Amino acid sequence: MPSDTTAGHIASYGKLTAVWLCLLILTGLTVLITRMDLGGYKVVGALTIACTKAGLVIAFFMHMRYEGRLLRGLLFLALITLALYMGLTFVDVLYRGLP
Amino acid sequence: MSHPKHTDYNGDKLGMWLFLFTELLLFGGLFILYAVYLARYPKEFSAGGHQLNLVLGTINTVILLTSSLLAAMAVTAVQRGQQRLTMGLLGGTVLCAAGFMLIKYLEWSAKIQHGIFPNSPRLIQGAPGESIFFSLYYLSTGIHGLHVLIGAGLLGWVALKVRSGAIHSHDYVLLENSALYWHLVDLIWIFIFPLYYLML
Repeated sequence: MPSDTTAGHIASYGKLTAVWLCLLILTGLTVLITRMDLGGYKVVGALTIACTKAGLVIAFFMHMRYEGRLLRGLLFLALITLALYMGLTFVDVLYRGLP
Repeated sequence: MSHPKHTDYNGDKLGMWLFLFTELLLFGGLFILYAVYLARYPKEFSAGGHQLNLVLGTINTVILLTSSLLAAMAVTAVQRGQQRLTMGLLGGTVLCAAGFMLIKYLEWSAKIQHGIFPNSPRLIQGAPGESIFFSLYYLSTGIHGLHVLIGAGLLGWVALKVRSGAIHSHDYVLLENSALYWHLVDLIWIFIFPLYYLML
């Protein structure tokens, strides 16, 4: 049997609702901390919470937790590509004009 | 129907995910633009961000998270063979999409009434960073809104197929892939919300 045959995994309503509650709490938290005077930490905090929320949606709502190695590997590849784009862009942007 | 329909569940889902990755890179490009111009015009971006309506942005975040829950529950419902519940959950998702678009409409029309829209006289006379901020705001939320409309249409069509019995507990990959598309719409908003409404 191929490793990717995970058809039919059923996520229970209770688990999905629990994930939704976590997402709402994280939304409240991110609004709260960005109202405070934290300077640069505001950006770090808001983006960390956004990445956590995205992870919850991908893992549970999108069933990635229950997928095989192929889809998980491809997701990893796509995220690495995106991170490389962003990283390399900033290598240029941040140091442009410096001697 | 004597001969069974050819199906490839894993292939169908792989195709959908590959498409979602291209969507990720599309919005990723918009986020790179945002980051580059934020680094260049931090003051103007901050001024622009404070003109956005935080309350409406937060309500829309809650609406989209809830719609995502309903879509995920619809997949569970169809897997369990609960036809009426599946249709109800999909209907709820579409209703959330309509609420989201209504709030987006209110937000955009308030901005446009204040003379803030791409190439408006007010933005042309103002600081260059501010007009870039609002151009990116309209581009990002506009393309996202287009995805909301497409996703809602898709889920409505899927709900009709559930009603006619074309989608059921043994063949539901169309519903699952449409729900995946809907979760992507939610995923993008999870990043648009802090970038534009919160952290500036």
